[in-house]
Amino acid sequence: MRENATTKVQDEFEIVIGLEIHVQLLTASKMFCGCSTRFGAPPNTQVCPVCLGLPGSLPVINRKAVELGLRTALALNCTIHPQSQFHRKNYYYPDLPKNYQISQYQYKDHPPLASDGHLTFEFDGQARTVRIRRVHLEEDTGKLVHVERDGTVLYSLVDYNRSGVPLMEIVTEPDLRSPEEAREFLSRLRTLLQYLEVSSGRMEEGTLRCDANVSLRRRGEPLGIRTEVKNMNSLRAVEKALSFEVARQREILQAGGEVVQETRHWDERREVTFGSREKEEAQDYRYFPEPDLVPMVLDPAWIEEIRRTLPELPEERRRRYVEQYALSPHDAALLVENKAMADFFEATIKLFPQPKTVCNWLLGDVTGYANTHGMEFTDLPLTPEKLAEMLKLMEDGTISIRLAKEILEEMLATGKDASSIVAEKGLVQIRDEDALRAIVEEVIAENPNPVRDYRAGKEKALTFLVGQVMRKTSGRANPDLVNRLLKERLHG
Amino acid sequence: MADQITDLSAVELRERLVRGDISAQEVTEAFLQRIHALDPRLHAFLYVDTEGAIAQARQVDEQVLTGARRSGRELPPLAGIPVAVKDNICTKGIPTTCASRILEGWRPPYDATVVERLRRAGAIILGKTNLDEFAMGSSTENSGFGPTRNPWDLTRVPGGSSGGSAAAVAAGMAPLALGSDTGGSIRQPAALCGIVGLKPTYGRVSRYGLVAFASSLDQIGPMARTVTDCAILLNVIAGNDPRDSTSANLPCPDFTRALQVEVRGLRIGIPRECFVEGLQPEVREAVLQAARLFSDLGAVCEEISLPHLDYALPTYYLIAPAEASSNLARYDGVQYGYRAKAGDLYTMYARTRREGFGAEVKRRIMLGTYALSAGYYEAFYLKALQVRTLIKQDFDVAFQDHDLILMPTSPTVAFPLGEKVTDPLQMYLNDIFTIPVSLAGLPGISVPCGFANGLPIGLQLVGRPFDEETVLRAAFTFEQHTEYWKARPVTSDTVTRDKVKE
Amino acid sequence: MAIDDHTVEYVAKLSRLELTREERELFREQLSRILEYFSKLNELDTTGIPPTSHVIPMRNVFREDVVTPSLEREVVLDEAPDQEEGYFKVPRVFEE
Repeated sequence: MRENATTKVQDEFEIVIGLEIHVQLLTASKMFCGCSTRFGAPPNTQVCPVCLGLPGSLPVINRKAVELGLRTALALNCTIHPQSQFHRKNYYYPDLPKNYQISQYQYKDHPPLASDGHLTFEFDGQARTVRIRRVHLEEDTGKLVHVERDGTVLYSLVDYNRSGVPLMEIVTEPDLRSPEEAREFLSRLRTLLQYLEVSSGRMEEGTLRCDANVSLRRRGEPLGIRTEVKNMNSLRAVEKALSFEVARQREILQAGGEVVQETRHWDERREVTFGSREKEEAQDYRYFPEPDLVPMVLDPAWIEEIRRTLPELPEERRRRYVEQYALSPHDAALLVENKAMADFFEATIKLFPQPKTVCNWLLGDVTGYANTHGMEFTDLPLTPEKLAEMLKLMEDGTISIRLAKEILEEMLATGKDASSIVAEKGLVQIRDEDALRAIVEEVIAENPNPVRDYRAGKEKALTFLVGQVMRKTSGRANPDLVNRLLKERLHG
Repeated sequence: MADQITDLSAVELRERLVRGDISAQEVTEAFLQRIHALDPRLHAFLYVDTEGAIAQARQVDEQVLTGARRSGRELPPLAGIPVAVKDNICTKGIPTTCASRILEGWRPPYDATVVERLRRAGAIILGKTNLDEFAMGSSTENSGFGPTRNPWDLTRVPGGSSGGSAAAVAAGMAPLALGSDTGGSIRQPAALCGIVGLKPTYGRVSRYGLVAFASSLDQIGPMARTVTDCAILLNVIAGNDPRDSTSANLPCPDFTRALQVEVRGLRIGIPRECFVEGLQPEVREAVLQAARLFSDLGAVCEEISLPHLDYALPTYYLIAPAEASSNLARYDGVQYGYRAKAGDLYTMYARTRREGFGAEVKRRIMLGTYALSAGYYEAFYLKALQVRTLIKQDFDVAFQDHDLILMPTSPTVAFPLGEKVTDPLQMYLNDIFTIPVSLAGLPGISVPCGFANGLPIGLQLVGRPFDEETVLRAAFTFEQHTEYWKARPVTSDTVTRDKVKE
Repeated sequence: MAIDDHTVEYVAKLSRLELTREERELFREQLSRILEYFSKLNELDTTGIPPTSHVIPMRNVFREDVVTPSLEREVVLDEAPDQEEGYFKVPRVFEE
């Protein structure tokens, strides 16, 4: 059992966390118009009358965005509502060009796209189920840049490129019981979204954003007053910010104080949450059905089609890796967490059907290389064909394990394939017995003491002698062959 | 020549253009001349695109008319015909203000779908017509740039909100005009100016590029001096538009084929709830006389009941302002239009909107915001949406046994400027007969059916959803058996024909 | 349904409308009168009546996920009351 600050708090208080996750959907065009969703374009170049909210413009729903929402809802075991519609959420802010956001609001007979789902995952050796309250679609806002001098904001600049990018909001019930668990949940959800090809899930780029509601309560008591924590831009930040907030609230409660219901922002640099200075004006969003969009009545055949074409999800895949390929649960989990790597794994074992070996290389040397060079797996110039070729060279004895490691590093650095590296550097193993016998003779002549030790029964001395042969051949000798030749010679 | 040209209908202009008797440029210049002569008194236009219109006309002459005459090809339906466009419909590069200071000088970067269709049909866009600010009003007195006057009596209002379009057509400054109707804004000014105005079924004409007032009610429609001209203009603007999710994906008939003198067997319902106090006696008499004419022509006229008619006004004045409060939130001084000077954002918003909007717009924004705000939503907005269902059901029941509903367009003829501006409720009562039709999304036309003290009276004919054809057929039949539409206001003193006897 | 000053103030704030004292007075009086007239709707029992937010029954209008050309930035910014380096420029967001 892990021992840390939060588990201690759990003794006295129960931590209650719910997450609100915003996910940018992987569509080519925006939610309600044909502008591109490409990231990083110069400001205000991916805009049109619709996403600028110009007078007279009208929205039209992107079918793909609905499909991605449905895909997610199905994977999260949600109830999909046969009829749903969009609403206007009215508030003034300069990044919101119409001063209302087209979103979905749950009001009587106007349900969101989907609700009442769950995601089950393993945490601390236990199966945990987090309930999903709702999944709905909306449009993203533009971006504000605050121009400051000496710490004071002078004015703000607005870029509407992001305005109207499709967003999916996923809201959980307050079922998470620690910051660590919240992080783990978010990580699992992110992997799931990547498997579904619904989102790139990059928190750092803001394609996945997470706000959290946090409160503490004494066991058996009703829910405590909660704060909403915002501005957490990585999984690590989520865990840190929530730990900070839990500790802060605990301190207040232990001192007999009361937590103030407010929005708090995570300051990554100072590692604290701080209350926003915004006046907590009662939010009155004046939701009403969006008259410019007609209701969506989802055809069961469409939903069935989406369900049928759902990809294998991470949990299933992990189980299959353990059962079918006899990978350890730990290795299977690590592999599956990175969808690109797991896909790579499967392609490789089709060419080189030794799952354990392939898995070891991917999680070992390949991941190690990526980590030391600060690269994503997908950035590496490695293909399943190249890796399989290298492994075959190793299996048929053309190269040793030691050589293989060197060759792989070269492959990752240059993108070359194993056979050309081997040819270029003359790294082919020496398997000519006569040639090796001559070297064995040399080594025996040069090392009388170890030879004597071996003959006296010290098995270890043989390892030294093998090493000497390898050194003289720059590692190109086949170690098994050297072993045999040495033994024959010394015993003979 | 000029005077004769401006007296012609679109159909007559087209005949002459096809024959080559006149050129598109001559036609355009004749109407421009008339605008320059009359509009200083009427103020029907907010912007006259003299250069653009002439350039367009020349292009039509050179590229369309000449070619078509030579090859015998069919001309585009409005080739060389001038059209006036209400100033809440976006025209690329041409100012579109909605008669509001807050949009003064704004030039949209795009054309509304209806404007694209006009251009494709070869129409010449003369300019932009005056309206009540953001189409909120029934007299055009709420224009941020001064009221339009009624060509029949310059001391009276032309109705609204499409008062500019109605006055322009009535005074012969344009043969055709586009209006927009949310609660009667095409039909009521058409009635008060003695012309024909049609509000199509909600969804018949694309709203893309129509600056929204109340999105679930707004609809663009044709205004002209004859039913035939309305049908021709409707043919051009109607049809599905993938950019408007609420535009119906239905085939569009050729509406001119509905123009037949034939109402035998047509079952016409006349709601008894319309003939109550507040209805001007001359209007009542003219409408009942119209019903008698239909009976004489073989239609079956019967009294019917629309039991919830009385609730339409409050229903409308909750729904429309609620939607408007949201639609008009975008006028905040950030991207376009007017911006007040201020050091912080909140003040900039609040001051821009205070200085940019007129009193009626502010009143409706306040009313709508209140109706939607927490704690009042169910009592007001939701309640109104439920009553809207009841009103629609009344019409559904009526249309089970009837093909058409006949009623007054407006309870009175044109009233004097300034008479109702200080009493919003009195002003709202102008729309009691047009509003229920809007709430139910039905097609409705106003055609001239008489005069009271020299001022025109309008007859409203209402059809089933997407049955503009029956509405047009009945209106056409009525027109062919009456002379009211031939009368011209005295303001157009150059017109030779005499006013028809009342 | 009488509206008090506080409500007028609250609604004006939600609507981002600065009002003079005279306007506030006038709106309070007019809105009260209008809403009183509207209370006529309470004569009707609407229990179980579905609301009509779209009068013509339509459903499922979608567009395909295809990128179409955007506007030229110059055209867009040309209308802006204030701009800087390709951005719209606004006064500072007060609360931040």
